[in-house]
Amino acid sequence: MKATNELSPTIVACPNGPLLIRGDFELVTGTGEQIPRQRKTIALCRCGASTIKPFCDGTHKLTKFNTENPAAT
Amino acid sequence: MTNPAPLETRGPASAALLEALEDAPETNPTQPAAFLAAVEKAVNETKDILVDEDLQLVLTILYGLHYGEVGDWEPRWEWQPDVIQARLGIEAVFEAALRERIPAPDLPRPEAEAVAKELFRLTAEDSGPSLSRYLARDATNAQAVEFIIHKSIYTLKEADPHSWAIPRLRGRSKAALVEIQADEYGGGRPDHVHATIFAGTMRGMALSDRYGFYLNHVPAVTLAAFNMMSMFGLNRRLRGAIVGHLAAFEMTSSIPNRFYGNGFRRLGYDEKVTWYFDEHVEADAVHEQIAGRDLAGSLAEDEPELLPDIIFGAQACLYLDGLTGTHMLTAWDEGGSSLRRPVEPIDPAHTL
Repeated sequence: MKATNELSPTIVACPNGPLLIRGDFELVTGTGEQIPRQRKTIALCRCGASTIKPFCDGTHKLTKFNTENPAAT
Repeated sequence: MTNPAPLETRGPASAALLEALEDAPETNPTQPAAFLAAVEKAVNETKDILVDEDLQLVLTILYGLHYGEVGDWEPRWEWQPDVIQARLGIEAVFEAALRERIPAPDLPRPEAEAVAKELFRLTAEDSGPSLSRYLARDATNAQAVEFIIHKSIYTLKEADPHSWAIPRLRGRSKAALVEIQADEYGGGRPDHVHATIFAGTMRGMALSDRYGFYLNHVPAVTLAAFNMMSMFGLNRRLRGAIVGHLAAFEMTSSIPNRFYGNGFRRLGYDEKVTWYFDEHVEADAVHEQIAGRDLAGSLAEDEPELLPDIIFGAQACLYLDGLTGTHMLTAWDEGGSSLRRPVEPIDPAHTL
């Protein structure tokens, strides 16, 4: 029997950084085609500035991307 | 490719070591003792161990006894007592010099997120020379070849110095290190091992990918950067430092590698040469997140007494990166070579 946590994906919302995804999951385009993956754990861009989207390339560090939500006014 | 030239001595200690290594350890018992005496003298007299050609070459050879591939020596030299004692003597001075020069910042709380945040802050404010920007925009082909030769001393063994730490960690930090290293070693695909991809870069530039082929060409400062990693990895008490080193290394990788890739494309090289750099843009954007939080952060939570060394290891990585980068840029700025002995530049058109 496989441990349940071996299969279920986990997504780490890295502060001021990408979404780090581990586990068993499929990465597909808007029309459902598989996006090739080179590694088991991947980092998806969420700052919009990556040059290798959907993957992260670290550019968020140059743009001072901030994941904190603005305070309610 | 032809066999490398024999290692050249760089002073009395390396001369005594290379002479001793020609025979089996017990063939001439006075030789290991003579080597140890030469090292003790050199350690006492060194003005700056970080750029001491003789002692840094000795360290590279001594660590090479553990890694293999540096020379074809009788394998039992690895644990010969005089050789081990000599290594410990050099390491004591090397570590002390690093600790003396590297400023110790205020420590973060020993909590994973605080440690990751501090490591990202330190690596972001690193004001070292921008070797990657120079490679991207200005470097000549001959300078790009020199850059690859310096880089090969570590990168043909990429990830190996940090792997020494795997059995020295427990639980979360061990799992995180193995997660990173498994990716470094190709995730089960031998042709995707990062050191193997880099060997392809070297062949694509008509360079030898044999380990140690260019050892006689590189200066002490290049050896020191690799020796420091080996020292951190091979001493269990320094496991905090090797973890911090890896975190800083990963955090200063993806953006520079994008510049390197662009530089080699500008010089006319195709994906045989640039695959290594392109691969690291994506891989190290993953690794830096794991290294900051799950590796260094978890280790600080589980063994808070290691926190100062985690930060020290990260700072040491940045410091040596700065020294090697400055060395190359200064030599090129003066119109010279950054190698001890230049190699013949190769026209990229002939290698594609």
